Amino acid sequence: MSAPQWKNPVVKWIDHRLPIFTMTHHSLVDYPTPRNLSYWWSFGSLAGVILVIMIATGVFLAMHYTPHVDLAFDSVERIMRDVNFGWLLRYLHMNGASMFFLVVYIHIFRGLYYGSYKAPRELLWIIGLLIFLAMMATAFVGYTLPWGQMSFWGATVITNLFSVIPFFGDAIVEWLWGGFAVDNPTLNRFFSLHYLLPFIIFGLVFLHLWALHEHKSNNPLGIDIKGPQDTIPFHPYYTVKDFFGLGVFLIIYLGFTFFAPNFFGEPDNYIEANALVTPAHIVPEWYFLPFYAILRAVPDNFIDVWGILPVIVSAKTAGVILMFGSIVLLAFLPWLDRSRVRSAKFRPVYKYLFWLFFADCILLGYVGGQPAEGLMLLIGRLATLYYFVHLLVFMPLLGKFEKAAPLPESISAAVTSAGAKA
Amino acid sequence: MADTTVPTGHGHDEDSSRRDFLLTSTVVVGGAGVIAAALPFIDYMNPSADVLALASLEFDLSGVEEGQSITVMWRKKPVFIRRRTSTEIKEAEEVPLSQLKDPQPDSERVEKPEWLVMVGICTHLGCIPKGQAPGDPKGEYGGWFCPCHGSHYDTSGRIRKGPAPRNLEVPPYEFTGDTTILIG
Repeated sequence: MSAPQWKNPVVKWIDHRLPIFTMTHHSLVDYPTPRNLSYWWSFGSLAGVILVIMIATGVFLAMHYTPHVDLAFDSVERIMRDVNFGWLLRYLHMNGASMFFLVVYIHIFRGLYYGSYKAPRELLWIIGLLIFLAMMATAFVGYTLPWGQMSFWGATVITNLFSVIPFFGDAIVEWLWGGFAVDNPTLNRFFSLHYLLPFIIFGLVFLHLWALHEHKSNNPLGIDIKGPQDTIPFHPYYTVKDFFGLGVFLIIYLGFTFFAPNFFGEPDNYIEANALVTPAHIVPEWYFLPFYAILRAVPDNFIDVWGILPVIVSAKTAGVILMFGSIVLLAFLPWLDRSRVRSAKFRPVYKYLFWLFFADCILLGYVGGQPAEGLMLLIGRLATLYYFVHLLVFMPLLGKFEKAAPLPESISAAVTSAGAKA
Repeated sequence: MADTTVPTGHGHDEDSSRRDFLLTSTVVVGGAGVIAAALPFIDYMNPSADVLALASLEFDLSGVEEGQSITVMWRKKPVFIRRRTSTEIKEAEEVPLSQLKDPQPDSERVEKPEWLVMVGICTHLGCIPKGQAPGDPKGEYGGWFCPCHGSHYDTSGRIRKGPAPRNLEVPPYEFTGDTTILIG
């Protein structure tokens, strides 16, 4: 890739001292991209666009929001009723959070199906998981800010998770609250963190892209780029493709924002927080439901039966460990998966196990939204068990026993008519 | 690179003009979209409905005797309302315009000569002039005196001496009754 020649004297002057135009050109214009990327590869840039939308709407919302327990709920209602276009910015922010998770979940499952996490992209995958964790933290503290019933009780329940930490648990929870319950100090620090974390995500996205551009995008065939015949420049081919994807996405996102703005929300959150009344049925936002199901899955007598550290590890503790473990384990996936073949296209068994795992996650999400009793509890336990068996048993074993289909010689050979005839 | 199928086009000119058209229309439509999306963000920072709802306020002046002043809050600013005595009115009306720094006849500054209504903020650097309370210094011209940098205002609130460039501002107002006034 030759360096572009800049004609504009100002651009030329700046670029000679700080090659920001050349860098942008290399990463957005002549950046060599596998020629066979499908629309599943549009979700990364889409997530980046949503991050920008969330930061923009969030910065503006903060201009009219008041982080105080007596004023927060009313200030949000004022944004909805009195502030010019406040309803629009708030609904964009609310639904943007759901869209962000939807897009990122698709992005993650894309990586799982096509083996994008495998060498040499392990760190790229792990940075991605860090972004996901930071997103979860941002969404959780952000949900507290409107100070409705679900805000308050969601914050109470989730911060109480930390009480399972041995010996220091209660002290840590009080430290998180800045008091003896979720109260004004909690709301203040959650607001502060909610403003900070998106910029940390932004930094992590930069590292994510840096790592991506070092070894370039994976592709639906999961084989390496062997030469220039396997790539096309990012612009115009993938800028156009990503813009089209953005258009389709905006129709869905704005469709929810304008026509069903509270579709993803809980009606209880339009009741101001009340420390004396817990809502009958507390559910987290949909994007946390699978993890919520795992949290509630461990039976009380499970630990007694197995006799593992019965003093420290109660059912509650085990649930919390499993929940965090379900995400941490994903970071080890590049090493748990022993298969050298990336794309599920050429893995006759994994191809089906992937969809089973996907269905399992959906099932966990469904169970997480239901009351934890009877059949639902049993299904939740089995689905949790399957989640871990998939990652800890199937993935390592598959690499040993699965016979992969022959890989194509190169990307260009597989996807061009000239290559197909040859 | 015989095995690539990147289109090279048949009629080169026709292709590049089509490409130019697509590029231009994409930039125009996209630019219009970005501007349309930016407008709500800009308007979001304008005064909101609850702020605008207090932009016009009605006040009852029936308790104000001749020679008395009251200060009311309007749009978060002090508004001076003085029920002037006939001497004060006479003084204000008889000053030749040539003596004024910001020439303006008294008749232009009042609806009814008896009532003088002004925003009580010095036109120099925004301090609040003295002269409302009975014991306050009223300056050399019997009106108001700004203690910050020594601006003297007369009984019509006009700048007579000191660094202030303009007369005290008269807000838009109207009498809705004999002694009720709607400011804003």
